Amino acid sequence: MSVRLLDAGDAAFTIEFGDRIDPAMLAAVHALDTEMARQQAAGGLPGLIETMPTFRSLTVFFDPLLTGRSSLIEALHPLLQAAEHAEPVQGRRWQLPVCYEGHAGPDLADIAQASGLSVDDVIGLHSGTEVHVYMLGFLPGFPFMGNVAPALDLPRRSQPRVRVPPGSVAIAVGLTAIYPWESPGGWHLLGLCPVPLFDVTRARPALLQVGDRVGFEPVSATEFERLSEALRAGDIDPAIWQTDTSVPVARDAA
Amino acid sequence: MIGVALEVMAPGSYASFQDLGRRGHRRIGVPWSGALDPRLMRIANALVGNDEAMPVIECFDGGLQLAARGGVIRVAVAGDALVEIEVAGRRQVLAGWRSLCLADGDVLRLRRLERGRIAVIGIEGLALRKTLGSSSTYPRAALGGIDGRALTAGVLIPVLPATARRELMLPEPTVVDAAPIRVVAGPQADHFSAATLRAFGENEYLVTADADRMGLRLEGPALEHLGAREIISDATVPGSIQVPGNGQPIVLLADAQTAGGYPKIATVIGADLPRLAASRPGKAVRFELIEASEAEQLARTAETQTRALIASLRPLLIGGVDEAAIYACNLVSGVVDALSSID
Repeated sequence: MSVRLLDAGDAAFTIEFGDRIDPAMLAAVHALDTEMARQQAAGGLPGLIETMPTFRSLTVFFDPLLTGRSSLIEALHPLLQAAEHAEPVQGRRWQLPVCYEGHAGPDLADIAQASGLSVDDVIGLHSGTEVHVYMLGFLPGFPFMGNVAPALDLPRRSQPRVRVPPGSVAIAVGLTAIYPWESPGGWHLLGLCPVPLFDVTRARPALLQVGDRVGFEPVSATEFERLSEALRAGDIDPAIWQTDTSVPVARDAA
Repeated sequence: MIGVALEVMAPGSYASFQDLGRRGHRRIGVPWSGALDPRLMRIANALVGNDEAMPVIECFDGGLQLAARGGVIRVAVAGDALVEIEVAGRRQVLAGWRSLCLADGDVLRLRRLERGRIAVIGIEGLALRKTLGSSSTYPRAALGGIDGRALTAGVLIPVLPATARRELMLPEPTVVDAAPIRVVAGPQADHFSAATLRAFGENEYLVTADADRMGLRLEGPALEHLGAREIISDATVPGSIQVPGNGQPIVLLADAQTAGGYPKIATVIGADLPRLAASRPGKAVRFELIEASEAEQLARTAETQTRALIASLRPLLIGGVDEAAIYACNLVSGVVDALSSID
């Protein structure tokens, strides 16, 4: 791994471990992130505001009135080598319901055509492959998940949508994601998930954490409506879709 | 029933509560939000005697109308705004950069902005709930403000009645100049040729109408990518200048997404980002590339200037067009203090 330091203005810089999506790189990012959080909690790294871990990099946000790029980099330098030999991030296992029927998956036919598969095969491949949460970002609670079946590795849509409905399950660039909020978006939509991925009333607002493994359970449109209603009414706790409760969670917010 | 409240009669083109923003949650996709021009926010709060970090109303262009209901309310306008107050049906025009009191039924209107497109209203005695550490409004995830939404006509903002204190003014507001917007190259400057980066620092870009709290799209000579037009998504920062496939730069602001897949040619420094965010559509801007170390120094210089501005606030002078506004407050001690401190 060749680490690069990239400037990001007067109050941030990015430590880049590489330029591909790779579990070893993800492990390095999270080892560095965790160690920085530990030092900050112990009163170190003054002026550090927060960090943003991604697939392959860690962006460090700091207050230029309290510290500077060079003193932070000096403090982080000894941590970089240890990070490169870190163990993979361990997460929890989820089995989330997804409705792939009718208007829930407006791009299913296009995905099938582009990948040379039948619509049923697309649904089978998407729901049958366990994916891994590599990072959260773009929107509150939005999970970028990798390990998607290679046949479903498609470029983004040539025409992004102005409005992607909340709950949309999407694929693009070898990844899958769920849009927690209505937003513009350029990914291909293949289903709807009723489970809210972000809720500020929860102790941890984001349902999914980096390192979590996720499977998808196809449900009918009727079942989707029933689940949506019950979740809105607070009759179902989203934790019921966590299938492995023994694993501790990764760090959430600073 | 609310006791004293500020009623939003009209929000203008967009008005929302903002403070210093929400820190520590970018890792779960929550942007900072917060005032696009924190200096205006701090001045507006200082003018009404608030802690500088209190939430304020940030509004774009003119059109915001607020009315006092149930008591006397102190507000301040920071920004080059033409302010009109309506006291018992009589209208009076005031300049911005001052505090004033609205008696029950009085209306404050931001008629227009003389410069830029952002003005900020500080309110004494405001108490808003915080979500994830901030009252800043982020409507996409219904965070902050009042019910997570931007202000709309009819919203009642509960406040405490104005205290007896002097009205303040900012004697010499800094003039927004036409100097270039300073940027630091990177994080993906290496996705562009040296010639493209140089051209970026030399050419003029126009601010388009596609501009809000998330970001602004610019229009000018296309910035050509050396190789791939997309990267593996990584973190954005406020001030990131993304270059999508069409080569037209997009500057990300406070409400922008926390990650993105377009190469970022450069980053606008914090000291200059408010000036860019306040640019009106059609305005021509130029960028100047500087080193990161110089950018850090400029952040410290800007903070020193802000503190000097806040330290320069002084009691509003009696006489001239502002006199009636002071008496309209019916706060005798305020008038006495103002008189005693004329210099």
